[in-house]
Amino acid sequence: MAGIRVLVATRKGLFVLKSGRDRRRWSMDAPRFFGQIVHHAVLDPRDGRTLVAAVRAGHLGPTVFRSTDAGRAWREARVPPAFAPAPAGRQGESVGHVFWLAPGHADEPGRWYAGTSPPGLFTSDDGGESWSPVAGFNDHPDRRRWTGEPGEGPPDGATLHSVNVDPFDPAHLYIGLSAGGVFESRDRGATWTPLNAGCDAEFLPDPNAPYGHDPHCLRVHPAVRDVVYQQNHCGIYRLDRGANRWQRIGRNMPRTVGDIGFPMVLHPRDPDTAWVFPMDGTSVWPRTAVGGRPAVYGTRDAGRSWRRLDKGLPRAQAWHTVKRQAMGADPLDPVGLYFGTTSGEVWASFDEGAQWHCLCLHLPHVYAVEAACPA
Amino acid sequence: MKVLLPSPLESYTAGRREVAAQGATVDAVLRDLDARYPGIRFRMVDEQGAVRPHIRLFVNRAPERSLGAALAAGDELLVVAALSGG
Repeated sequence: MAGIRVLVATRKGLFVLKSGRDRRRWSMDAPRFFGQIVHHAVLDPRDGRTLVAAVRAGHLGPTVFRSTDAGRAWREARVPPAFAPAPAGRQGESVGHVFWLAPGHADEPGRWYAGTSPPGLFTSDDGGESWSPVAGFNDHPDRRRWTGEPGEGPPDGATLHSVNVDPFDPAHLYIGLSAGGVFESRDRGATWTPLNAGCDAEFLPDPNAPYGHDPHCLRVHPAVRDVVYQQNHCGIYRLDRGANRWQRIGRNMPRTVGDIGFPMVLHPRDPDTAWVFPMDGTSVWPRTAVGGRPAVYGTRDAGRSWRRLDKGLPRAQAWHTVKRQAMGADPLDPVGLYFGTTSGEVWASFDEGAQWHCLCLHLPHVYAVEAACPA
Repeated sequence: MKVLLPSPLESYTAGRREVAAQGATVDAVLRDLDARYPGIRFRMVDEQGAVRPHIRLFVNRAPERSLGAALAAGDELLVVAALSGG
């Protein structure tokens, strides 16, 4: 393997941090797509060399670029994600930006999924070269009820995010809607079912509403069957399938910190180990590091207990935010953890959170961080 | 006909800001432009056929909002990318 690459997608381009597998010395390439908004960039773990990036410029429409040589050369998708044209006399939708990219199942090389804003699901079967709408979601008669009306949702627009393919079943898909909730499909996206029982939604009048929730980041365990975690607007949850009811494991976080945040990161092998980055969700929801003292919290017992992991991080007056795609793990042992901040810092730990190191400062606002091992 | 492009689109035309395209309407010219420089139209016009919010079109320096507007051979189409903010 060539080492580690950390793909840092920012408001002004894609920055790639590089290191050998010892993770001791890091360098950074000149930015790709400089000046353009990069929402997400992902290396295909199935071949270790295909990269797909969601790009838009403020002036121009959204598109997808791809590289088949681990990022040396990039080419625009021939057919970027786009909604189907509306029938005559009806108002159609257009993709505002591609938000989330996910490689398909290991047995389906070339398949990718993309989630967009407004919330739409798209797929590619040729490595991201051409994309088509997943009609089972985009044309579902209840979609508007699930996702809310246009203009509702987060300031940058409601999104379809957290596209997860069950590693044990390529037909089984999970998605997150902000807002709208978690949904799953067991037939490759043809039909969808809400999966929100047990999740709190303090902003909904009906505590048992089947949808309308606000998952921030959903992760299906890559190695152990049927283990799912989510960081939600209203807490941290784990779901062991068989059961269909989420358990709020964030109740075991310290009360002074709470269990509000954006990202959710899983250990690539141990299903009981996970990490979060708590945010201030009190009063008007500042959504910065709690008390200006950033910390990762980790569990090694499926959320029964949590440990503060802040050695090396700023001790005070650090008021940044870590967005839902901006924290990830590498596959090495011990696992490397990485997060990027809205203030342009990238931090890493090479011992599963015990000690943190600043990899770089002064980048643009970080939207997404993905760590990967190219072939 | 002459088409003048803004800098955000020059990656499609190998840096050329003035290119040639043919068509009897604005839409036809943009489609011809896309045939010559694949992908360029989708950055200006969305999948429902609407000009994107920060793109402005001018025919012979007069604002034109309709993609169906008729063009003559000697006309000039100016594309402006208008964005504010940081």
